[in-house]
Amino acid sequence: MSSGTQLLAATAVLGAGTYAFRLAGPVLRSRVTLPARAEHLLTVAVVVLLAALVATSALTQGHGFAGPARPAGVAVGALCAWRRAPFLVVVLAAAATTAVLRLLGAS
Amino acid sequence: MRSIWRTEKLPTRSLSRDIALVCAADAVVGASFGAITVGLGLPVWLPMLMSAVVFAGAAQFLFVGLVAAGGNPIAAVAAGLLVNARHVPFGFAVGDALGTGWLRRIAGSHLMVDETVAFALAQTGPARRHKAYWLCGTSLFLSWNAGVVLGTYGGRAVGDTDALGLDAAFPAVLLALVLPNLRLPRTRWAALAGTAVALATTPFLPAGLPVLLALAGVAAAGTGSAGAAAADPAPDDREGHPRSAMSSKDSR
Repeated sequence: MSSGTQLLAATAVLGAGTYAFRLAGPVLRSRVTLPARAEHLLTVAVVVLLAALVATSALTQGHGFAGPARPAGVAVGALCAWRRAPFLVVVLAAAATTAVLRLLGAS
Repeated sequence: MRSIWRTEKLPTRSLSRDIALVCAADAVVGASFGAITVGLGLPVWLPMLMSAVVFAGAAQFLFVGLVAAGGNPIAAVAAGLLVNARHVPFGFAVGDALGTGWLRRIAGSHLMVDETVAFALAQTGPARRHKAYWLCGTSLFLSWNAGVVLGTYGGRAVGDTDALGLDAAFPAVLLALVLPNLRLPRTRWAALAGTAVALATTPFLPAGLPVLLALAGVAAAGTGSAGAAAADPAPDDREGHPRSAMSSKDSR
């Protein structure tokens, strides 16, 4: 396994690179005035990214299927959100459904 | 221009409560990160330093998994950076929520995580976005790191967070926050197209890349009629259209 020094350096590089990614948008967009259409598309882009994160984190684990328990929980949460249930209910329903399914033996 | 932002007025108290719930869930996941990392035989300082410096759960889990399995740390850094590259488009879209001035940008950028972006996105108007971004960002940073410290030293007491269903809580949180935007037809089509690309490529590509490729779905919102920017009406049809934003079959 890697040495402590290697891990320290790796953490520093990962932290610095991640921070650069985070800083790029706020700094660059303060220097230019974006046309309305570009602003709109940026917002759509974030919705698309978050939606893709929802789908991949709900359905997949590594390169494969996550098993039925997690998608079932997220689906129950989605149903609650669709019926305009409070945020608290959405999140707790999703976690509780998955937890109960696992308790019953589902993966 | 900002017509896409959520128009629903939520009282501040419910915003704080919602953020507190997400913080509690993330603290438990953070505790599991600390416990798992130490359990894999990695140094005690690693999970705590990494959580403060990197502050991105998915990349952290991926990194420690790779190095603990004997992987090259350079490859693990590259994998983590790929997972975190989505923060570039995040920053362009929510950059104004950080506020003006160098100090706010420098400190605020470090607080940019999926949940912060999603909470900011779900607010109406610049003042509320600003407040949601900072409240969620600082609370999550504190609770995530506190959880990691507890898990690192608490070790086995943390147990299996999957048994609590917390892996289903993260997508549910993001979905609940992004749902109002999905009621806009063009945005919904873009999200569906992007999600299809991400899911189809996940079996073949390294983590992080499928989500970035989902951006191809934006083309679904960008193409079409020349005046596409104005194509999505203001999302004030929440009361008038009590139907699923998940359904792509509505008859518009």
